[in-house]
Amino acid sequence: MNAWVTPRNIVVACLLLILILLPVYAAWADNPFVLNMFTRIVILALAATSLNLILGYGGMVSFGHAAYLGIGGYAIGILTYEGLSNGYLQLAVALSVSALFALLVGAISLRTRGVYFIMITLALSQMIYYVASALDRYGADDGLTLTRRSQFGPWLDLGNKTLFYYICLACLLAGIYLVWRIVNSRFGLVIQGARSNERRMHAIGFPTYRYKLLCFVFAGTMCGLAGALLANHSDFVSPAMMHWTRSGDLIIMVVLGGMATPFGPMVGAVALLVLEEVLSRYTEYWQIIIGPMLLLVVIFARGGIDSILTGKRRG
Amino acid sequence: MLQIVDLSRRFGGIVASDRISFAIPEGELHAVIGPNGAGKTTLIGQLTGEIVPDAGRVLFAGHDITGLRVYRRSALGLARSFQITSLFRDFTTLDNVALAVQAHAGHSFRLWRDARHDPRLRDPARDVLRRAGLADRAEVMVSELSHGEQRQLEIAMALATRPRMLLLDEPMAGMGPEESARMVATLRELKRELTILLVEHDMEAVFALADRITVLVYGRVIASGLPEEIRADPEVRKAYLGEQEAAHG
Repeated sequence: MNAWVTPRNIVVACLLLILILLPVYAAWADNPFVLNMFTRIVILALAATSLNLILGYGGMVSFGHAAYLGIGGYAIGILTYEGLSNGYLQLAVALSVSALFALLVGAISLRTRGVYFIMITLALSQMIYYVASALDRYGADDGLTLTRRSQFGPWLDLGNKTLFYYICLACLLAGIYLVWRIVNSRFGLVIQGARSNERRMHAIGFPTYRYKLLCFVFAGTMCGLAGALLANHSDFVSPAMMHWTRSGDLIIMVVLGGMATPFGPMVGAVALLVLEEVLSRYTEYWQIIIGPMLLLVVIFARGGIDSILTGKRRG
Repeated sequence: MLQIVDLSRRFGGIVASDRISFAIPEGELHAVIGPNGAGKTTLIGQLTGEIVPDAGRVLFAGHDITGLRVYRRSALGLARSFQITSLFRDFTTLDNVALAVQAHAGHSFRLWRDARHDPRLRDPARDVLRRAGLADRAEVMVSELSHGEQRQLEIAMALATRPRMLLLDEPMAGMGPEESARMVATLRELKRELTILLVEHDMEAVFALADRITVLVYGRVIASGLPEEIRADPEVRKAYLGEQEAAHG
């Protein structure tokens, strides 16, 4: 009767409901910690969603995606430090610098394939990491504390934690919708075709490079937005935001949740970060438990959590 | 339509193309045959643009395409099929052909409209599938098609780009006699509308279809002419056909 009622869709719907009602629970239980934690999860889910566009749909294994978190974050941090706390200006700068950096990284890295692509994206993001570590004026290794959040006028006060959470959630849902529209458009089919068989794409007449480059810029810009939100969330930016292990975390979220599925990165981000939180209460060696779990997912469920729920094997 | 002039290419000490020259007029089905290692695949690679020749020129429909990128040649109307089936395996049959249609339906920087339900892509794609005899397999994943069906789809993909000329790299590779017969019938239909260069091992199919035949041995053209001339050519018999007869006898 209803083809929409599948285990996967039920899980996604429940998760969305939980995310929407979370502030209500946090207020009722008087638990600001959980709201704080989930704001972070939602922001990183947005970053993972943007990575999914190039990694999942485009087959471009970028190992430097956290660089855009850092760039978006530092754009906010530096402008605030210099006394420019107009939110619209900050956002415009954060997004355009992220887009420019993505254009640069993409223009270089997309000329290579496979492991070389991974290494170049990693190298360029590490470069940004060291640049940030060397910014003495802005705290260098120690990072930079934001004295105030981005100012969007009196009707949009990012200092209100509940409102800020809903803004982040709205950005995440808009991001997921945007990715979903893009991947099913003509442009998106070119991207997916290039993942599947680039040689054939050339043979039927597609100059794939320019399509992949634009896709790379989209993903970087969207992740820059996540970085801007993250800076406002923690009132702090530091080079650690763009450390390569953070790029690895984003890849894990995408792979765990299910590559090339619209809600996969969100599911993966929630699963990974909640698990991390819960396990770290019991032991400080929680990575020893998460590591093998990821291994099992990669070996037995190559499409991630999504493939477990749909029973479809991928890859 | 296609003119090849003194095309040469070496790989280290091996001469894969040794001053190859021949021309294919519009409407002709021209077959290239030769024993393994004769340089047929290298020749196809130079025509599609995947391999850059050391010397010589390739002219297509009045354009010098020698240095042109792969996708630019496709845009001019030179389409190819692959010897080893090369499809979008995680797409449906219809998606595969629709993507090939899209390649020549103007630029693809359209980011919002759902392309999987766009009749401007889907309708022509269904037409092509019908012509290739795959209409009832449209919604099937390519990875689930039989080998013969995948070979048919190979041709359909090339056709969907509305080419003026087809380069077919061993379309019968790995086919049983029944599937081969169906492919010969398909090619005989296409031959009426398109110029075709056919590289093929199946001699029966070549002599059934070709208007003219060029024989390559060690990268060199040793004969080029009508099928009956090729069949009678003593050097060809020695180098190639004889070898097969010997193997059969």
